[in-house]
Amino acid sequence: MEKSRFPSFGLLYYWLIVIILFLPIFLLILFSFNDSTRLVFPLRGFTLQWYRQLSENSELIRAVRTSILLALGSSFLATVLGTMGALVVVRYEFPGRNIFVAVAALPLVIPYIILGVSLLIMLHSLGVRLSAWTAGLAHVVISLPYAMLVVIARLVGFPQNLEEAAMDLGATYWGALRRVTIPIIFPALTAAFLICFTISFDEFAIASFLVGTQPTLPVYLYSQLRFPTRLPLVVSMAAILMTASMAIVLISEWLRRVGQTPQPKKK
Amino acid sequence: MSEPAVELRDVTKVFASTRGDVTEEVYAVQDMNLEIAQGEFFTLLGPSGCGKTTTLRLIAGFERPTRGEIFIQGRPMSKVPPNLRPVNTVFQNYALFPHLNVARNVGFGLEVRRVSRSERERRVHEALEMVQLAEMSNRKPSQLSGGQQQRVALARALVNQPAVLLLDEPLGALDLKLRKAMQIELKQLQAQVGITFIYVTHDQEEALTMSDRIAVMNKGRVLQVGDPVTLYERPASHFVADFIGESNFFRGVVEAVSGQVVELRVGGARVQATASDSPPSPGQEALFAIRPEKMRLAVSEEDLGLHGTIQEVIYIGTDTRYIVSVEAQPPVAVRVQNGCGIAPQEYRRGEAVQLFWLPEDAHLLAD
Repeated sequence: MEKSRFPSFGLLYYWLIVIILFLPIFLLILFSFNDSTRLVFPLRGFTLQWYRQLSENSELIRAVRTSILLALGSSFLATVLGTMGALVVVRYEFPGRNIFVAVAALPLVIPYIILGVSLLIMLHSLGVRLSAWTAGLAHVVISLPYAMLVVIARLVGFPQNLEEAAMDLGATYWGALRRVTIPIIFPALTAAFLICFTISFDEFAIASFLVGTQPTLPVYLYSQLRFPTRLPLVVSMAAILMTASMAIVLISEWLRRVGQTPQPKKK
Repeated sequence: MSEPAVELRDVTKVFASTRGDVTEEVYAVQDMNLEIAQGEFFTLLGPSGCGKTTTLRLIAGFERPTRGEIFIQGRPMSKVPPNLRPVNTVFQNYALFPHLNVARNVGFGLEVRRVSRSERERRVHEALEMVQLAEMSNRKPSQLSGGQQQRVALARALVNQPAVLLLDEPLGALDLKLRKAMQIELKQLQAQVGITFIYVTHDQEEALTMSDRIAVMNKGRVLQVGDPVTLYERPASHFVADFIGESNFFRGVVEAVSGQVVELRVGGARVQATASDSPPSPGQEALFAIRPEKMRLAVSEEDLGLHGTIQEVIYIGTDTRYIVSVEAQPPVAVRVQNGCGIAPQEYRRGEAVQLFWLPEDAHLLAD
């Protein structure tokens, strides 16, 4: 069958969108190497001094560390809980199943700022001190739906009787999960983890309400915008963040596909 | 040992099926009683949805009976989870583990039960030799053909030396030729290992070929249990006579009874049939069945047998099939084998004939 030709108008439209979307990111990366504190053209010359200053800024490094630990912890927990939820939803028929999915997916549609404020009010009235832990818990809540949906998508195409076969051969339910289900869906679990990681690592609104005195990286960067001389620092950090996030999303998407398509036959 | 390998006592399984707001109870298996002997090749035969797979899943432990009890080697199974039952299953779509190679698939049960590595390797090798796949042990299931996957599934179950092997339509996905070959192979394998096989199929020919005994099921109930010859030669109900092989059904009124032989009036003719249990009394209406190959056609001056007209002549090489229309009855199929001294297509379309049979080949049916 002959593929119909892509119309040239559509092509133009496509590239316009791509340029509008990616030009700011490109400029960001460009200015992060520019030898000036002001973000205006013409460029003043190539420098790595902003990146060097980044690496010497101990407050910033602490914020990066907080963000990484928080993202690791919250995405691990979200992946575990999301997988458990996905197993229940896909494997069992029970009353209120659709409501369960809807409730678990609710954070997808609640604005983060509202979630942040309401969590702040709740934690305050419970007398819980704000810290990276409280922000981390909130990040579990917002990234759980992503984890669950990714794992559900994988489990839907997964024959249930593999678990039954494992149990038939003497494995307990947990043994069947450990020896059969988890190894087979592992790429999807990794993809879910990475998606959760990027969500937590980039998240600003909720973290700014709940993080207390240990700022995460986005919260720290925002606070630095008050000082014009540090603007290039923020820009270069943002460039690093953008690149890393995109890399992680690409890797997770690749893993998700590896998990879904059957391995091609060798030889 | 006289103790049955598997016994089902009054087993009932009810599923609740919800459609919209209406929840109704569906009896997948109803008041089932079965005894399956050690070393027997036992088949559950029936159309899809008759409850045969549910029965197998009840024995395997994937479903729990709503009422009744299942015994395996005399032990009640209601509190025993699937992983602790002395049974293994060959699943319909094989359910091989895609992430493990053939050897690890086969060794899975032994690995779970912590059998030592050297013994595991020896038994896996033996099992793979038995199904002639020893040289495939490093392949992944996706690199095998359907028939080879089938053998791996069989080896994976048999390597654990279960008391009972459950097979859920294991040949359903194979093409006809391979299926025929595998039927013989399975039967030989069963004789060789001496393990009780419980086999589920909807293919009556497959059931007749392989089984020691067959339970015919419909709508969650066992209708008749017997060896292939009994089921084919003496079906007890309309369903069994119709589902296994082909049958002509006649409805008549009982005129006289002598012993098991019953004389009936069908249209204007008097014919004879045999009752398997208590015969009906005169005046009652009764249904009986005759196999197409148990009927004879003849043309006679005397007013004997059932009168009919040849409606269709179908020549199929080894046989000639005649479709005969009989007054007030559905068309009757008669199968005449082409053999020594018999002219093929002896009768022509439109010819008036008489139908004859032996009383013992006409079976009075319960319904």
